[in-house]
Amino acid sequence: MKLVVIAGTPGSGKTSVLMHAVKSLQREGLLPAVVKIDCLWTEDDKRFQRLGVPVAVGLAKDMCPDHYSIYNVDEMLEWAEDQEADILLNETAGLCLRCAPYPDSCLAVCVIDVTTGPNAPLKVGPLLTTADVVVVTKGDMVSQAEREVFRERILEANPRCRIVEANGLTGKGAAELAELIRGGPEVGENMILRHNPPLAICTLCTGELRVSKEHHRGVLRHLDGFMEYSGE
Amino acid sequence: MTEERACKLTIIGGVDKDGNPDLVELLDMHRGEIIGIVGPTGSGKSSLIADIEQFAQGDTPSGRKILIDGCEPRAETRSDPRKKLIAQLSQNMHFLADMSVEEFLRMHAKSRGRSPEVVDRVIELANTLTGEPVHPDHHLTILSGGQSRALMTADIAVISDSPIVLIDEIENAGIKKKEALELLAGEGKIVVVVTHDPMLALMTSRRVVMKNGGMMRVIETSTVEQKVCEDLAKVDDWLMNLRETIRRGEVVGAAL
Repeated sequence: MKLVVIAGTPGSGKTSVLMHAVKSLQREGLLPAVVKIDCLWTEDDKRFQRLGVPVAVGLAKDMCPDHYSIYNVDEMLEWAEDQEADILLNETAGLCLRCAPYPDSCLAVCVIDVTTGPNAPLKVGPLLTTADVVVVTKGDMVSQAEREVFRERILEANPRCRIVEANGLTGKGAAELAELIRGGPEVGENMILRHNPPLAICTLCTGELRVSKEHHRGVLRHLDGFMEYSGE
Repeated sequence: MTEERACKLTIIGGVDKDGNPDLVELLDMHRGEIIGIVGPTGSGKSSLIADIEQFAQGDTPSGRKILIDGCEPRAETRSDPRKKLIAQLSQNMHFLADMSVEEFLRMHAKSRGRSPEVVDRVIELANTLTGEPVHPDHHLTILSGGQSRALMTADIAVISDSPIVLIDEIENAGIKKKEALELLAGEGKIVVVVTHDPMLALMTSRRVVMKNGGMMRVIETSTVEQKVCEDLAKVDDWLMNLRETIRRGEVVGAAL
């Protein structure tokens, strides 16, 4: 079983690119199973169902979607085994950009949209810097020069990644991504994360509603950058 | 094949939108040649340009194949900008990048493995194509459509400087189109230009006629057409001058 984790900013085209890659994998006689993780609501499972592949949805609800995705890797893999799938494609919600939900023995794919501008690769953090493959979408909306500058910025942030220029509408780049997925690693035992999750947990994480500073405990960071622990 | 200089670009025909074979089965383009692509909206002009841009190998909806000097291009020439054989001026009229003109051009020069000194040359050239000067400190996102296209054109001529240049509809750009095409054509390049503009279409040596997604026929520009093109160039100059006169708030003089 191979594991592919697809992360990226909302609206970057993760689902559209992945659907084209699924078709490519099917043409090569493989059976991928898809798990779509989202926060509150999704209808993307219906899109994948139309392709005739096994699909499951996980909604993180009150839990951080990245943490939820990591916590449920074993369960997802077991489910994919039951579907007799060759590859598990795990599309995450990936929102706060502090952690990256990539275990060591997976193919880590980060999808990023070129219209977010050349500073975006620097903002995305470990989601991009620890990825194996960076898929750049919406390239048809900017000039070639802008695409090349964007590419340069990605390589500054992650010099070892493989860049795939894709188009979720036409399917450009899907065959290349499918090829990389086929060449990805087999799932290992005792997987560990590539990047540490954030250190901090505070009272807001556990349901505090009051805004004023005096009500908060935990690992806290001030606007000027000063960090403190407040509590027992 | 040489990485730096492509001498021949070949299109091996595929199919149109209904799956019928291209009537033009094979088309060779050579260095120093400007080739036009003409046809109504939706006839497949941009798709043909896209086939060339991504060096299609039967893996696009048209099923066409693109060869460079008779061979299938290597994978790295498809992606690495330093080895890219193709420069492309697409229909985009604006930049989205939130940075200054100078910063952007420096970054682009770096991505193409060029020295930062080319930046001034790009801006200088851009300003020969547009009536509204572009300044290095300008933010990209505030440039007008004309300024953006002038800058993209100059950027391709100086920084991208690839042996194959693809141009999608330069005429709507509000820049000096004849000068722009001559600048992009440079010396010894293969230039493919999608156009609805009679002057640009007749500046080419041959033009491919598209219909329903397929390549219908290839027309050689006749000597009569070349003469028409010269007349059109005079009309175009006249129009450009009128536009500038009106822009400056002056009164238009005599008729042509």
